[in-house]
Amino acid sequence: MEPVRLSYPVEGGDFIQAGEASSKMKMTLKKLGLPADVIRKAAICMYEGEINMVIHANGGRADVEITMDQITLRMVDQGPGIPDVARAMEEGYSTAGPEVRSLGFGAGMGLPNMKRYSDELHIDTELGKGTTVIMKIKIG
Amino acid sequence: MRLSEVKEILSAQVLCGEDRMEEEVACACGSDFLSDVLAYVHEQNLLLTGMVNPQVIRTVEMTDIKCVVFVRGKRPGEDIIRMARERGIVVMASPERLYTACGLLYSKGLRGN
Repeated sequence: MEPVRLSYPVEGGDFIQAGEASSKMKMTLKKLGLPADVIRKAAICMYEGEINMVIHANGGRADVEITMDQITLRMVDQGPGIPDVARAMEEGYSTAGPEVRSLGFGAGMGLPNMKRYSDELHIDTELGKGTTVIMKIKIG
Repeated sequence: MRLSEVKEILSAQVLCGEDRMEEEVACACGSDFLSDVLAYVHEQNLLLTGMVNPQVIRTVEMTDIKCVVFVRGKRPGEDIIRMARERGIVVMASPERLYTACGLLYSKGLRGN
């Protein structure tokens, strides 16, 4: 199978509508006939990434590549960067504000969930420049 | 447990998916923190929550949960119900509070995971 490549803009500033890119990706993965557990993992990883981009980075872009043996999610933003990646990986640590918390997020589970459901997680971040998060989910 | 039993036990009103009441759910979770729902999902079939916003439907969609019950008498808006209908998600509203609703279902045999 030739790699399938998808690309989605992630709009910033509209938290209520966040998740549109993940929803579209999930529908495409279903059409490709991938196993349900693989689809669920990829969807949760991308959704958490999308929420983070909307909360912290005023949006960005999500690129997806699907090959025979894995799904690669590449989420790129030009936000403020992550000052302390090790702390951000701790469950329960969050810098999100009260508005985000009032909507059910900002519990400090975003990056930990992305790690939990991906087989590989790479974070490349630079203060004032932005963050690129790459997640790989194995198929089979 | 059949969704029709969930409806009866929680004195719930079905807001969409009335035709799916014979479907079964094997386990459930209750939370207002959507990130927690995303963290601990393992084939959960039913979510009970007091959080009412479109991200509830997104969370349920990503995790393959088939039914969401809004508790404490909260009623989602038409936009949320439409989102759920488009994604094949059953929506109910119950007057029970979250703790009570979870306890009622648990005592009738619907476990967590």
